[in-house]
Amino acid sequence: MSRMQERALLLLAVAALAGLPLAASNYFVTLMNYIGIGALAALGLVLLTGVGGLTSFGQAAFVGIGAYATAWWTTVQGGSPWVGLVLAVAFTFAVAIVLGAATLRLGGHLLPLSTIAWGLAIFFLFGNIEGLGRHNGISAIPPVTLGGLSFQSGTAGYYLVWATLGAVMWLCANLLGSRQGRAIRSLRGGTAMAESLGIDTFRIRLAVFVLAGVLAGLSGWLFAHVQRFISPTAFDVGPGMEYLFMAMLGGAGHIGGAVLGSALVTLAKDALQDLLPALIKESGQLEVVVFGALFILVLQHARGGLIPSLQRLLPRATPPVPPDAPPLPRRAPPAAGGEVLVVDGVVKRFGGLVAVNQVGFELRAGEILGLIGPNGAGKSTLFNLVCGTATADAGRIRFLGQDIAGLPARRIAARGIARTFQHVRLRPTMTLLENVMLGAHLRARAGLLRGALRLDRAEERAIRAEAMRQLRRVGLDPNPHELAGNLPLGQQRILEVARALAADPLLIILDEPAAGLRRLEKQKLAELLRALRAEGMTILLVEHDMEFVMGLVDRIVVMEFGTRIAEGPPASIRADARVQEAYLGGVA
Amino acid sequence: MTAELALLLAQDGVANGAIYVLAALGIVLVFLVTRVVFVPFGDLIAYASLTLAALQEGRRPGIVWLVLLLAGLALLFELAGRQRKWGRALLAYGVLPCLPVAAAFLLAGRALPPLVEMALTIGLILPIAPLLYRIAFRPIADASVLVLLIVAVVLHFAISGIALMVFGPEGARPRLLTTASFEIGGLFFPGQMLLMLAASALATLLLALFFGFTLSGKALRATAVNRVGARLVGIRPGAAGATAFLLASALAAASGILIGPVTTLFYDSGFVIGLKAFVGAIIGGLVSYPGAVLGALFVGLLESFTAFWNSALKEVVVFAVLVPVLILRSALQRHGAEEEPEEDGL
Amino acid sequence: MTALLQADDVHVAYGRIEAVRGVSLSLQAGQIVTVIGPNGAGKTTLLAALMGLLPARGRIAYDGADLAGLDVEARVERGLCLVPERRELFTEMSVADNLVLGAYAHRRDRAGLRARLDEVYGLFPRLAERRGQSAGTLSGGERQMLALGRALMGRPRLLLLDEPSLGLAPLIVREIFRIITGLRATGVSILLVEQNARAALESADYGYVLETGQIGLHGPAGALLGDPRLSALYLGGETG
Repeated sequence: MSRMQERALLLLAVAALAGLPLAASNYFVTLMNYIGIGALAALGLVLLTGVGGLTSFGQAAFVGIGAYATAWWTTVQGGSPWVGLVLAVAFTFAVAIVLGAATLRLGGHLLPLSTIAWGLAIFFLFGNIEGLGRHNGISAIPPVTLGGLSFQSGTAGYYLVWATLGAVMWLCANLLGSRQGRAIRSLRGGTAMAESLGIDTFRIRLAVFVLAGVLAGLSGWLFAHVQRFISPTAFDVGPGMEYLFMAMLGGAGHIGGAVLGSALVTLAKDALQDLLPALIKESGQLEVVVFGALFILVLQHARGGLIPSLQRLLPRATPPVPPDAPPLPRRAPPAAGGEVLVVDGVVKRFGGLVAVNQVGFELRAGEILGLIGPNGAGKSTLFNLVCGTATADAGRIRFLGQDIAGLPARRIAARGIARTFQHVRLRPTMTLLENVMLGAHLRARAGLLRGALRLDRAEERAIRAEAMRQLRRVGLDPNPHELAGNLPLGQQRILEVARALAADPLLIILDEPAAGLRRLEKQKLAELLRALRAEGMTILLVEHDMEFVMGLVDRIVVMEFGTRIAEGPPASIRADARVQEAYLGGVA
Repeated sequence: MTAELALLLAQDGVANGAIYVLAALGIVLVFLVTRVVFVPFGDLIAYASLTLAALQEGRRPGIVWLVLLLAGLALLFELAGRQRKWGRALLAYGVLPCLPVAAAFLLAGRALPPLVEMALTIGLILPIAPLLYRIAFRPIADASVLVLLIVAVVLHFAISGIALMVFGPEGARPRLLTTASFEIGGLFFPGQMLLMLAASALATLLLALFFGFTLSGKALRATAVNRVGARLVGIRPGAAGATAFLLASALAAASGILIGPVTTLFYDSGFVIGLKAFVGAIIGGLVSYPGAVLGALFVGLLESFTAFWNSALKEVVVFAVLVPVLILRSALQRHGAEEEPEEDGL
Repeated sequence: MTALLQADDVHVAYGRIEAVRGVSLSLQAGQIVTVIGPNGAGKTTLLAALMGLLPARGRIAYDGADLAGLDVEARVERGLCLVPERRELFTEMSVADNLVLGAYAHRRDRAGLRARLDEVYGLFPRLAERRGQSAGTLSGGERQMLALGRALMGRPRLLLLDEPSLGLAPLIVREIFRIITGLRATGVSILLVEQNARAALESADYGYVLETGQIGLHGPAGALLGDPRLSALYLGGETG
């Protein structure tokens, strides 16, 4: 499917939606309104949960805040729904900022648990505030008017809802394709990966959390003015679950999934409400049972949702290879042979175990230094200390003359140190190009708004071209739009190198880049690293594979049991008896 | 606030807290062994109470249909799986759960001694949690805590829909187990409340003994501590999970029998009880039984003191307090292991 | 004589990545066989597949019977015990509890349990000293002893050892290897995965070299030790 065909399909869908009220019954139009309103709230969860990896059971509470804000303003205060819109957005924004700032540092399952807690607290609050009508809620909410036009009828409401949804989807799609969107998409790769690329994960999490809240608030605003009556029951944890179900059923990582999920859930609910009483007399809440059962089946068997399965049926659009663009600005390299990294007397303890004990070494510009030693020697720990993933208990680490010990990983990345991971950390569901573009995060400026409004195009072109250059350099350019998860492990390591290079680093630190590579791949990697050195790049290599290291590096530091046991050029290291013993084993 | 009033509120709070203690213990137990936050625990409490009330009124309790439905589903899952031990599956999921159901069909409607009523209630509640485990959780036992949590929340909504059908919308209140009451130092203690506290203490003690001193208990703990390690010594996590859920069922049944006479329960009252117990369990750290007991009592106290200040907002406060508690906990265990990327998340 | 363990053309994949590609190996009862190779070669993956922790293609026969369809626990009950690279101890439980749980597959035999426990304490006096201490507080070497001891409590016929020397000081490595060789005398067969090539080959009867998921060299341990290709593989050399 080409770009053209994709656009045509989109145009067709928009036209069909625009013409729908002419052909459909009033009842169906009303259903469509609820689908659109639900999709808006579910879209927030698609971004938060599906893309960002943060699960919230409290989305309905945010819908409630938006709905109550505008309902209170337009009925109790007799104000305009448009001011109500401002209030709905402002309130959800404020509450989301406060809740997010308080809870987003919670790890693992504690965060979703906290969403149940505040979701319930907000729900109980609605039912207990006199001014909000307690459990009866607020009725006779006026419809939205624009000039002389009233959105009172189902059809008029339809256009309001779907125009809003369409606009929001366009903005979100732009956002996800932009620099900040990539940062949001990187969150699921784990904090360590994102921070190593210079992404402030807490701020990004907060941004996506607030964004999801505001979308829910918008949905609540529409809900209040379309249904024109609200009560707390719509904002309980139960409906919060339903939004989560919509997002997951559709496909939690896809913008279209929100609409698909909302449509399926809303239509199925409607059908069940008609069908079940006919089948069973006391059907009561049977639709909840059916939904629950379906949701559990989806969770057990198809956690990815429907959109990915549908996408597999359609031919995938192949975007063109990105054209060349003016290069991004580069850092000034240090003078050849100048001091780049100095590690001095570094100590790291884990409980009683001293993982790194008084280790020191120096690294000069344009040099490749190999850090080797048997498993468990403390290489990776030392590595993490330099990159800021862990903090040293004692000792100094200087980069280009400045002390970097104790700085968080993203600040160290900003100074010009890029790294790869021993256990490859890529986003398997992003393309090769996108993964490398993530590496250039710090070389661009665009924020959320510029991304959503497509004001970042020139910058994006430059990043894309840069990413393409790096892919070419490491030899992964034939299929830039392939998903990273489809690469064999060896090539995934190479892709990490390309990502590191995209950051325009002055020092690049590679953690066992040759592990799992075939012989030929190792030779190609060694060639690449030699070429980089020739360009003045400084490289620190943590490696296990002696053969790979020996032919490549200028100097070697050997570690064993957390201490440095030898240092020197490869030939002298090879002849060192202690090294031989450490490697081939000294039991005899 | 006078000291006398504070004392009264404290007594009320402990009585409230006693309602949540057994549930908090059960939630911790299940979480430790299976990593499932068993949200429907509270529902089971309500079902136990409704079942006991129905038996006392000479009606056949609706729970029998729930047991039969779940047993049927579990059997279906068993047959659909590649499990080759048909006989064992048929026994565990087809025959065993039906025994109390058969007893209920035979005995309901007759005047029964209270102990038989209670035994039958326990018998009917016992199969429910293990069956739910088999149907909802075991197929995804290796999923993240998060996925298991979502399944648990969904499961609550699904089974409460069925509960409305089988129990009806009316609430029930079984007879008090004891009408005795005691006066200590000017404060009046109903016997039922003392019974609840005694049962909580007994359950805490028994759990401590079971996990501390028996091989089965240690095996359950081992599963919780290290799943792979447990498998490598031959402990089947599936069986361990089923055991944990069975114990949870027993705790829920006991809790329902004890608290039912104190507070009228409806088919859906369990959710909030379960969640409050859960708040208590989290306050206690979600990993310690004594901690869960103290947490549950704290929730009870919090409830009674807030209710005095503003009765409408007591639920708001109980749930809102969880947020600062979680933040505090997370701050205290900051120095944890390095996180792994969560691909599985959602 | 049929082999105690016979693996034919075993493939193991994580998603699309195939970490073990067509490995065949065999082990006779009473033998120590070692699989050596660099990091990332697929050694741990191979053991996980033999144990049933990962699904594998190909045939794995143990004691003449196909292991397909048997889960980890059933393999444990048949005397196949793994000491994993990550040890997988019950860190929050005491040393004694860890050992007792090691005999879980034989839990009905209470008397045997006591005797076995004494045997393991005899083998590792250090564990006896620390029986009340929680496993999480042990040093690296003690943890390895506990992992080994826990596996021995399960009365293995075939012990799968994954990098028992990993991260341990030379003195302790020597001790561990002394115990491993001693075990053979008691009738336990051992499949030893190691990157400490020399120590492994000196204790073993036969060796396989695993590289990027495939068996390269293999042969009697003594012959492999003297093979120049092996030291080239490890220390890098002219042949590389």
